[in-house]
Amino acid sequence: MTYQGIKDIFYNGLWKQNPGIAQLLGLCPLLAISNSVVNALSLGLATTLVMTLSGSGVAAIREVIPNETRIPVYILLIAVLVTIVQFLMNAYMYSLYLVLGIFIPLIVTNCIVLARAESFASKNSVFASALDGIAMGLGLTAVLVVLGGIREIFGHGTLLSGIDMVFGETAKSLVITVVPDYHGFLLAILPPGAFIALGLLIAMKNWLNLRAERKAHGANATVAPIEGGCSPATHG
Amino acid sequence: MSAFFSPFISKPDTVSAIMLRVLLALLPGIALYVWHFGPAILVSIALASLTALGTEALMLKLRNRPVMHFLGDNSALLTGWLLALSIPPLAPWWLVVVGTAFAIAIAKHLYGGLGNNPFNPAMIGYAVLIISFPAQMTHWLTPHGLGLAELGFLDQLKYMFLGALPPNVTLDAITMATPLDTLKTRLHLDESVKQILGMPIYGRLAGQGSEMVSLGFMLGGLYLLAARIITWHIPVAFLGTLFVTAGIFHLADPDHYVAPLFHWFSGAAMLGAFFILTDPITSPTTTRGKLIFATGAGLLTYLIRIFGSFPDGMAFATLLMNICVPLIVLYTQPAVFGKKEKRP
Repeated sequence: MTYQGIKDIFYNGLWKQNPGIAQLLGLCPLLAISNSVVNALSLGLATTLVMTLSGSGVAAIREVIPNETRIPVYILLIAVLVTIVQFLMNAYMYSLYLVLGIFIPLIVTNCIVLARAESFASKNSVFASALDGIAMGLGLTAVLVVLGGIREIFGHGTLLSGIDMVFGETAKSLVITVVPDYHGFLLAILPPGAFIALGLLIAMKNWLNLRAERKAHGANATVAPIEGGCSPATHG
Repeated sequence: MSAFFSPFISKPDTVSAIMLRVLLALLPGIALYVWHFGPAILVSIALASLTALGTEALMLKLRNRPVMHFLGDNSALLTGWLLALSIPPLAPWWLVVVGTAFAIAIAKHLYGGLGNNPFNPAMIGYAVLIISFPAQMTHWLTPHGLGLAELGFLDQLKYMFLGALPPNVTLDAITMATPLDTLKTRLHLDESVKQILGMPIYGRLAGQGSEMVSLGFMLGGLYLLAARIITWHIPVAFLGTLFVTAGIFHLADPDHYVAPLFHWFSGAAMLGAFFILTDPITSPTTTRGKLIFATGAGLLTYLIRIFGSFPDGMAFATLLMNICVPLIVLYTQPAVFGKKEKRP
């Protein structure tokens, strides 16, 4: 595994093929659970853990699985891992487990987990697949946290509320009140807020890509500015 | 002697001129609004206009469009006015600003600006506000002579911008639920329609004061019809459906379902029929399509009013039908002359 290969894996996971804002996979938990930073971060990290283990697991047994039944085998493997994560959270972070509820078992059906197993882990080494799981998981987590932060600030005027569910009662003082005496903007907390905020994040990524592309072209030759500046940007 | 010969060329209507006439057509309703509820509405209209123009200019600049050219088309102004007329007049200033800015920036410009927005921006603004701030959206002013107290213009301004009420006056004393809302709440308490309509907030047709405002909007709407800015299809189909549906329920059980005229003259029915549903961007272009669109909106408005949990159904009915417009237009294309009709 070369240094460049590792760099590529992380660049793909965190930015170019980011599961949240480029591949748009796993939108169900992304939209449903991103109403606060703590929820978003917890589910993101749980998904990262599952993806790392499932990636390396699939890569380890990829030579021995019959090609025809590979998808059920992947799913079984993922389901086992998710069950373990679920039991761990049930045991050690019970109140958070209650808040995340159905979305922990639903990691099994998260398309991004299966997508990486099929498109990356089944063709690469154990080490590379584990790295890919980490990179993709962190990419998803980053989007979840940003989305959760936006929605929490606009919706409640706070950040990190509910952190006591992870670190116990003593962590309650970590909650940051960004806007004191806030009226609350329910839309941001409700599902439409998730769609709108995610749309804006995707637009921002496309805009940054477009700008980078223009800069790269601008160094070699002058490119005519794109009319209106809002034409659909190419993905990476 | 000079003679005129055909063909005559008429000056084409510009978007700006049409929008201006629609704004003018709102004036009788606004005048009656001020007469019955005081001048607070003028302040929220002014605030909405400023926000609308400001947001429009900002979005046009961000999108590299000619700012002055589009700013002069009055469409942002119309959105601001319609939104201000749909929300309580004594709203805190930020309510108006948030609603209008959302309507212009998200519902209009993110979809490509004037002519490209699938949803009526003013109704999106309303929907965002009623979902996000349900409490502030139910403080409607009581008409003159009915409330326990009344605020002067300065006190109204003070409340809108500073949130301060004069001593001894509570918000409940100067505001009330809308007549439509009151009816629904009381019906849940097992009172009959007749008993409820005996309350002082009700007038001859619907709510005291608000019925006159609706009448004013209807007058303005008739002007739009006469000036051929809108066609009859949408208002007639909408109001007709609302009338027939409400009529059927009313005939079946007059104790629980109020007469159809009440539905015509309460809530946003008249404003919606003539000014909101008829928005040329978000309504179908085909004649048959217009009829289907407005009939659906009428039915949905009635159902949401009676069975829904929101005080009025106009906004959500409009938005739900807005999203059907592309499909409706696709299936109501007139057959090209000389060709057999073909389904798309």
